[in-house]
Amino acid sequence: MSTLHTVNKSPYERNSLKSCLDHLQSGDRVLLIEDGVLAARKGGAFAKALQDAKSTCAIYALGPDLSARGIGASDLVEGIEAVDYGDFVNLAADAARVCAWL
Amino acid sequence: MRFAIQVNEGPYTHQASDTAYQFAKAALAKGHEIFRVFFYHDGVNNGTRYTVPPQDDRNLQKLWTELAETHKLDLVVCIAAAQRRGILDANEAKRQGKDGDNIAPGFRISGLGQLIEAGIQADRTVVFGD
Amino acid sequence: MSDQKVKKKFLYINRKAPFGTIYALESLEVVLIGAAFEQDVSLAFIDDGVFQLMNNQDANAAGMKTFSKIYRALGDYEVRKLYVEKESLDLRGLTIDDLMPVTFEDEDDDYAEKPSIILVGRSEMTGLIASQDVVLSF
Repeated sequence: MSTLHTVNKSPYERNSLKSCLDHLQSGDRVLLIEDGVLAARKGGAFAKALQDAKSTCAIYALGPDLSARGIGASDLVEGIEAVDYGDFVNLAADAARVCAWL
Repeated sequence: MRFAIQVNEGPYTHQASDTAYQFAKAALAKGHEIFRVFFYHDGVNNGTRYTVPPQDDRNLQKLWTELAETHKLDLVVCIAAAQRRGILDANEAKRQGKDGDNIAPGFRISGLGQLIEAGIQADRTVVFGD
Repeated sequence: MSDQKVKKKFLYINRKAPFGTIYALESLEVVLIGAAFEQDVSLAFIDDGVFQLMNNQDANAAGMKTFSKIYRALGDYEVRKLYVEKESLDLRGLTIDDLMPVTFEDEDDDYAEKPSIILVGRSEMTGLIASQDVVLSF
């Protein structure tokens, strides 16, 4: 069973996203939350890294955190799905473990 | 599913407590169980009843207290972290010779073992921090 | 004490340097208390977490408690698996020789003293995370 990884800090501030992406196994899922959703904005420096990761792992961004930061659905890196807290709960339940990259 | 939640940061300065609260609320709405919410590091500061946040903003302590009351949640504030940061219940205040206590309703002070026990008893452990 | 039959794999992820924040010290306190629950405990040191194991730490002039000796005592608490990520050391210009010696006594081998620090590559660390039941981050 897979791991749900959460990343809550901006990749421009901290290396948590990079460290997370460096420790993914195929089939894992990554959920960007809080300032972590800033990575999901297209045109940013981390768009490519996220797209590369997407080939083996699903990447999600927490919708309420996107809205809070003025990031709309059309601003997202292609293939990143916006999810709500209920989906967050489902993702945690579906995974074998949750690993927080703080 | 039974969840254990760890909150590493205090209210407002970091979003961790907000996200943890929203997660807990969503999990309960889906019919899941929250075995325990364990407040560690500055997370213990979620458990003081003396905050007076601005009226037009959320009151995190009250939100946690109300969620705990409605769903009979176990909100635990780590005693070691609480001692460092000055969160006390009546017992602790007496033990430590302090002139008052400040723990919020619905929260209780207990040892780090409660976190480990939560990890053992729950199906999933989720950590919110900085 | 809780259900002693259950033995889960607990991984403590340490990614922050000591002293600048309290996470290193307070996560160690969890490890010490957690030892009493006889779970299968591993510690992972990734990114700046590797600095927690630096040798010769002395926080005296900074007015803080030098708590690095607690790592050395982990063996007495049956915590014997300290995984240090090689790529994190490399980036910081460190080698295992810069780290403090942390050992345990192996009661199955005539109490021979053995190293608790296990140097692993990133892919091995990935596999370690993927094998755990509970992952605690600080």
